[in-house]
Amino acid sequence: MIRYNRFTLLGVLAICFAGLLLCVPNFVRQAPYHLPWRQVHLGLDLQGGSYLLLQVNTETLSSDRLTALEDDIKHSLTDAGLGYRQFSIDSKTRTLHFYPRDEQEADAAFKVVNDLPRASPDEFSVQRAQARIEVALNHQVLQMRAREAMAQTIEIVRRRIDGTGAVDPQITRQGEDRIVVELPGVSDPERIKALLGTTAKMTFQLVATAGSARNVGGITMIPAADNSRQWPVLNHVEVDGAALTNAAPVIDQQTGQWAVSFSFDHRGATAFAKTTTENVGKMFAIILDNKVIEAPVIRTPITGGNGQITGNFDARTATDLALMLRAGALPVPLNVVEQRSIGPSLGVDSIRAGAISLLVGLLLVIVFMQLFYGLFGLYANLALIANLVLMIAILSLFQATLTLPGMAGMLLTLGMAVDANILINERIREEVRNGRTALAALQNGFDRAQSTIVDSNATAFLAHVMLFAFGTGPVRGFALTITIGILTTLFTTMVLSRLLIVRWYAKTRPATLPV
Amino acid sequence: MFSRPLLRFFRDDKKIPFMRGRYAGLIASAALSLLSIALFFKPGLELGLDFRGGIVVEARTKGPADVPVLREALNKKGITAAGIITFGAPDDVLIQLETPKAGADNNQETQRLVDRVRQTVGAAQPGAQILRADAVGASVSQELFRNGILALLLSLGMILIYIWVRFEWEFAISAVLTLVLDLTKTIGFLAITRIQFDLVMVAAILTILGYSTNDKVVVYDRVRENLRKYRKMNLRELLDLSINETLNRTLGTSSTVFLAALPLAIFGGHSLSGFATVMLFGIVIGTSSSIFIACPILLLLGAKRLRRDAS
Repeated sequence: MIRYNRFTLLGVLAICFAGLLLCVPNFVRQAPYHLPWRQVHLGLDLQGGSYLLLQVNTETLSSDRLTALEDDIKHSLTDAGLGYRQFSIDSKTRTLHFYPRDEQEADAAFKVVNDLPRASPDEFSVQRAQARIEVALNHQVLQMRAREAMAQTIEIVRRRIDGTGAVDPQITRQGEDRIVVELPGVSDPERIKALLGTTAKMTFQLVATAGSARNVGGITMIPAADNSRQWPVLNHVEVDGAALTNAAPVIDQQTGQWAVSFSFDHRGATAFAKTTTENVGKMFAIILDNKVIEAPVIRTPITGGNGQITGNFDARTATDLALMLRAGALPVPLNVVEQRSIGPSLGVDSIRAGAISLLVGLLLVIVFMQLFYGLFGLYANLALIANLVLMIAILSLFQATLTLPGMAGMLLTLGMAVDANILINERIREEVRNGRTALAALQNGFDRAQSTIVDSNATAFLAHVMLFAFGTGPVRGFALTITIGILTTLFTTMVLSRLLIVRWYAKTRPATLPV
Repeated sequence: MFSRPLLRFFRDDKKIPFMRGRYAGLIASAALSLLSIALFFKPGLELGLDFRGGIVVEARTKGPADVPVLREALNKKGITAAGIITFGAPDDVLIQLETPKAGADNNQETQRLVDRVRQTVGAAQPGAQILRADAVGASVSQELFRNGILALLLSLGMILIYIWVRFEWEFAISAVLTLVLDLTKTIGFLAITRIQFDLVMVAAILTILGYSTNDKVVVYDRVRENLRKYRKMNLRELLDLSINETLNRTLGTSSTVFLAALPLAIFGGHSLSGFATVMLFGIVIGTSSSIFIACPILLLLGAKRLRRDAS
């Protein structure tokens, strides 16, 4: 006990010094170059900002696919000279079924449907019960697609938010179907909500004209973007937004109004050229999220792969639409299910309140320890300050996010940290009372307190690990700081303050201990 | 100068017969807990936004807030606020709204409502700053509640198992029973003070449980040690001895934790002062239950098994 290794001492001092160094970046504004500069992130509650929890609606994947299948089947049947009746979609069982025009055609219709191109070999299965033909989507394939859609959604959300110029946004997945978006410094997330709440699924479809041969796919009435009228639009999608390679807000040369210009990739340009060539004189609807933005008449075939949308835009709506088109359509709609925004002034208030509480709390504990435990209290206090430093150092090292509850966690750790020292001191005191020599009392005090310290900290540690695992948001930050705090406490009390006391004993060799 | 301690709670040779008051302690504690459970059902807890769902907008107005003007402006926009109050300073105003009826589709509507409230407040009180605007959907709030309760139960389970493994089952059962008594009282305290029960409060309760367990483990540790040391002493005396031996530590640690949490209750601002107040209550409850509840239960449970030979 009284022999301590010089290297242990150096090691402990080195750790404390490293901790001190790691704390520095939190208090200095600018990083000197070449240095690894890690600091604690301030949570949204401390710096102001917005938190959005988005729910991904993967249900729509199967119903969208079924609708597209229906369109494909109708087209293929018509092309093969077959008829059909009574199409119906059941989105619950993810199936659609229909009857051929008459029973003799059932075999042929079955073959046509079964030969339709599939996204993967087992994407759907076709069954025949007498005349009825049923198409069922494979659940596993859908689930896989949902996972892909989720990954894609996160990517598109990221691109859209990056496009707004938000600083340091955090986009993380939560669970199966949720996305957390954190936007430091954005205290009014209205624009971003609008951006994320829009699917931006753009399609180009022909407006129906009486007697057109292409009416086979069916016609849907789609409202205009300004709700002024309904357009009869052919269900068949000629070109969709996925074929866009670029989009930008521009000012229309002729009208002087805001417009969005776009260009197609090769596939899109070919399809666009073909459609416009075949349908000169007809109206072409540009549809965004089931609203007709505009429906210009095709005057001449458009073969250059470029186009322009002149809806009723202003500078911002044109910019945002271009941004959404560039970033791509969301494969599934998003819903904001939780929104929290904190203004910057509240954040400043909170930091101040937290810092004051921390300082006053620290001071009160130090005074208490000094009064009740004298010299050993002083060592406990040194360990306590080292503890605070190490906690901040570890939080910086992990670049953890410090929240208001996290500050509360630090404070509580300060209160609990001296517990180990109190346990040790009380033990030493007992040993002295039982008539041990100073050295034996020290030795026994430390050894006997050890199992108690481990037991009491282990239970607290377990409770907070649970809290971290199952908690959300602020609770996690709180649990994290306390968990780290328990670890640093074990180090500072069991190693550092012990070392200080041993050194003191070795230097002074007192006959009695000041307890 | 400060080499020797200046203060001490109790003299070291103090022998307080705590176990003599065991029935009084248990009955008082049980009565308080029953009362708390009654309070839990009526009037119940003031559920915070996290668990209730809904909208809360906090604004700071230029000059004192004019609540009637705000209410009228909101009414004009067709928004009926469940509550508009000033809190803390006269220029801090809190607007609470019920969420539109539960259901996935209403999330959009909830979000639009937040924006409308923002705009209305800005228009009605020029220069008003929105400090905070939170909206939680009904489905999310239910989930948060479930997770919160789950975290609570799992923590209790972990504590039970840990003590069971490290000590004996009597210790584990007494500790968890005591924790349940502490927990119910804390909930009663929340019901009386009308402090909002939200996610942060779950953290507070878990911290209280963690702290309280820590306290009990220290006393039990000493009980276990003394059971080995004094083979002939009867359990009642042994428990009294153990409590007395650890009394200065128990009070010392609860004092430091109390002192650390106190500034938070005073300076923490309204978001954290509730949390800290509950913590302070929990520290007092947890410390007293270590002495007056945990050991008496252990005495009742362990009178036969832990000390069969000596009565």
